[in-house]
Amino acid sequence: MSAIETAVAVRAGERSALEVVDAHLELIAQRDPELHAFNLVTAESARAEAAAIDSRVSAGEAVGPLAGVPLAVKDNMCTKGVPTTCSSKILEGWRPPYDATVVTRLREAGAVSVGKTNLDEFAMGSSTEHSAFGPTRNPHDPSKVPGGSSGGSAASVAAGFTPLGIGSDTGGSIRQPAAFCGVVGMKPTYGVVSRYGLIAFASSLDQIGPFAADVADAAALFDVIAGHDPLDSTSIRDFTPTASAMLDEGVDGLRIGVVKELAGGPGGVPGLAADVLARTAEAVEVLATAGALVDEVSVPSSTLGLSAYYLVAPAEASSNLARYDGVRYGLRVDGPTTPEMTTATRTAGFGPEVKRRIMLGTYALSAGYYDAFYGKALKVRTMMLSDFARVYEDFDVLVAPTTPTTAFELGARTQDPLTMYVNDVCTIPSNLTGHPAISVPFGVGDDGMPVGVQVLAPALHDAQTFRVAAVLEAAS
Amino acid sequence: MSEPAPAATPETPVEPALPEGWELVVGLEVHVELDTATKLFCGCVNRFGSEPNTNVCPTCLGLPGSLPVMNERAVELAMILGRALGCQVNRSVMARKNYFYPDMPKDFQTTQYDQPTNSEGELELADGFVVGVERAHIEEDTGKSVHVGGGGRINEAVYSLVDYNRAGVPLIEIVSKPDIRTIEHARNYVEELRAIVVATGVSDARMEEGSIRVDANVSVRRHGSSELRTRCEIKNINSLRSLGRAIEHEALRQIDLWTTGDGPQQQTRHWDEDAGRTTPGRSKEDADDYRYFQEPDLVPLDPAPATIAAIDEAMPPLPAARRATLRAATGADIDAVRILVERGQDALAIAAVEAGADGAKTVTRLVNDLAVDDWSKVDAESLAALVQMESNGELSASQAKQVLGDLLEQGGDPAAHAATRGFEAMDTTELESLLDQLIDDSPGEWSRYCGGDEGDRKKMQGFFTGRVMKATRGQADGKVVAQLLAKRSSS
Repeated sequence: MSAIETAVAVRAGERSALEVVDAHLELIAQRDPELHAFNLVTAESARAEAAAIDSRVSAGEAVGPLAGVPLAVKDNMCTKGVPTTCSSKILEGWRPPYDATVVTRLREAGAVSVGKTNLDEFAMGSSTEHSAFGPTRNPHDPSKVPGGSSGGSAASVAAGFTPLGIGSDTGGSIRQPAAFCGVVGMKPTYGVVSRYGLIAFASSLDQIGPFAADVADAAALFDVIAGHDPLDSTSIRDFTPTASAMLDEGVDGLRIGVVKELAGGPGGVPGLAADVLARTAEAVEVLATAGALVDEVSVPSSTLGLSAYYLVAPAEASSNLARYDGVRYGLRVDGPTTPEMTTATRTAGFGPEVKRRIMLGTYALSAGYYDAFYGKALKVRTMMLSDFARVYEDFDVLVAPTTPTTAFELGARTQDPLTMYVNDVCTIPSNLTGHPAISVPFGVGDDGMPVGVQVLAPALHDAQTFRVAAVLEAAS
Repeated sequence: MSEPAPAATPETPVEPALPEGWELVVGLEVHVELDTATKLFCGCVNRFGSEPNTNVCPTCLGLPGSLPVMNERAVELAMILGRALGCQVNRSVMARKNYFYPDMPKDFQTTQYDQPTNSEGELELADGFVVGVERAHIEEDTGKSVHVGGGGRINEAVYSLVDYNRAGVPLIEIVSKPDIRTIEHARNYVEELRAIVVATGVSDARMEEGSIRVDANVSVRRHGSSELRTRCEIKNINSLRSLGRAIEHEALRQIDLWTTGDGPQQQTRHWDEDAGRTTPGRSKEDADDYRYFQEPDLVPLDPAPATIAAIDEAMPPLPAARRATLRAATGADIDAVRILVERGQDALAIAAVEAGADGAKTVTRLVNDLAVDDWSKVDAESLAALVQMESNGELSASQAKQVLGDLLEQGGDPAAHAATRGFEAMDTTELESLLDQLIDDSPGEWSRYCGGDEGDRKKMQGFFTGRVMKATRGQADGKVVAQLLAKRSSS
């Protein structure tokens, strides 16, 4: 039963929210010990919330559009009184005194959070292996990674633990695990969903977005979480989400560009697997058949995204993660002086990938290196923005693969950071430009694992991505 | 009794002489806490003196996931101060200054770096000297640490306590150009800046509460040279007195180093008030690299020209202009005028003069006898009437002072207060016969008065005046007594 169908049944009093939640908790209890999608299952509060929804329904009171739908929340979003760890030891014992804006919005919409999902520590990674609490496994093949960093939420939806999941996407952290796990995952326009209460990795790139088993559910979830929040200064005013409303409009007459540099051609991004490229080409065929005007288009700066990203994101992270100093909350490892205490705390509290990125970012911002690294990355970012702006004069949306390959084996890439970073090559441009993009499952690779196709759109045209994804979903 | 001339300041600074041929070069960085209801990035109350850690929230504690939202009033106050200093107001962005310190919740300070809100202004001191203002930018304050044990130093302390009430309080940092050449001008600059800050309502500028804080960049050079030599930044200056002492000590220290060797190292130094010297902090070799970059959680500040025009339109008269107006209206000297403008009594003085009072007498009366916080009961008409009574000889100076005290407490008509106190102008015949009697009682003193020695004459004038005052319980006018004495000795 989809999230929308569940909510309709609960609202009509045909299904009890408590029964729905209990059924999903049962599934989690059975299979999550193997998959480890969740850092924490909040069964008790989930059942209480579900029961409260049931009483409101029987009392004839209004309940929200997602009433009674179980939800998985990535464990880098603050939940009042509930441990929020970022899958890091450094936040040990910390319970936020407040809810993230998305968490509040979803509760008001009637969604029932059943727990906090695993991630790469502080969302830094593409496999959910860099978690202080152990990796999450791919529900389609537990020997494979679910992708990351939002691997826990993606796996939860793919395993049927929850119809809906919430993730955050800084360089592909929603779309890449969605592709690996065979679910829909979408990164909204920067500023469309409030970041208040999202524990920052790279503030100018982070964006919260939906996971769901199908496009309609993802659109419904998007429509609930999108909208202005005065607590986030980068939140866009006057945005009205219309993803669900536009879902059935089809692609007839839509101008769709295939990004050459992300399609395996010469001069483009290397290392894109043949099976992934084949599925992407088939997807393009489907859209053309459905009436879209398809053409190839070149976005030269898209090949520079990876390098720029791995300067901008670590630079911001090095600053965002400075506050974990052992003084106010979380882990503290004592030392004879305050600086020694802070050093001991950070040495013990952060994992190797987080340390690597803090060092990278610190270096990129240092006096004498700023211009050569961080400054240059900002220029690439500006260049990409103008490149894409030019392309969107002629096209409504763009199509590309979500990931270079299908899901890989656990442990296959943890030894060499660069092979891990390459995972994000197709998703990063949308973070650097702040544009929306969706990953929708489209067939399987040679290994039988899911393949995701990505639909990119210009800023604020989030609904377009769902509309195109719906056509691809119907044909796959 | 004659009135002493208005005092300039409680202690007039004496400019210490630097060794022959050396010149002082000083630039000042002044931090002013903005007088907003709430903090710079959150809704917490901006108040001094609350119980520790009571005015805090996720944002000003820098909790994970929290975000800043810019306080519009703080930006407005910053622009008002910028315009008051003649700055251009720019499109500006906030930046992060990254360094670890336990009283800084995010371990970075949100401030402005290469794109400040205000730049290129100037400040004219009371004596007409002009100091350039490089920039006046917005930033957040840090919390306050108390290090217990180990001499109060962070790395030797047994434990430390941190109060985050001040964390996130809005500040404006005004950076002067290195235009200041004397200690007096350094002090005057801070005084003048403080006066502007108060006049514009930007801050209460209480130095003792830390709402205005000063760091001094000090260097020295040979007279006639225009070079800028290695400077040291002096921190922990807590009063205008410390400012003068710290600059003097630092200048002499540096001259000594230039004279005996290669000169000072560029470094931050701390003023030790008790020891009367500066001690080294960080030196340039291990200077922090703050890794500034644009704050991604905030959007650029880009005020419309109309906003700036509205600020200019609403700008209250600034101290320099008010001093000029008061001088023109009263003819009083620079120091007296500066004092009244600082106290905000210039409008009262001008209104009294317009109501017919003598300018010089009005200023003297206010400077000497109205050093109070609340003078709301004294209106211009009654002040003018009082000063006129004094000018006409209806009241002596000391009587006028007492009547002003009555006005301060009760308001009302000065003539009525004078009558209640029994201050009728004394008949000179009565005074003359009193003097006759006193002269008969003290022939020795009288002959000294008449003896021709100027010193003796002055002393004896004081003697007889004192006797008259005693006999009349202070009702007599000292000036009239002096006139009568002079008349009698020459007759």
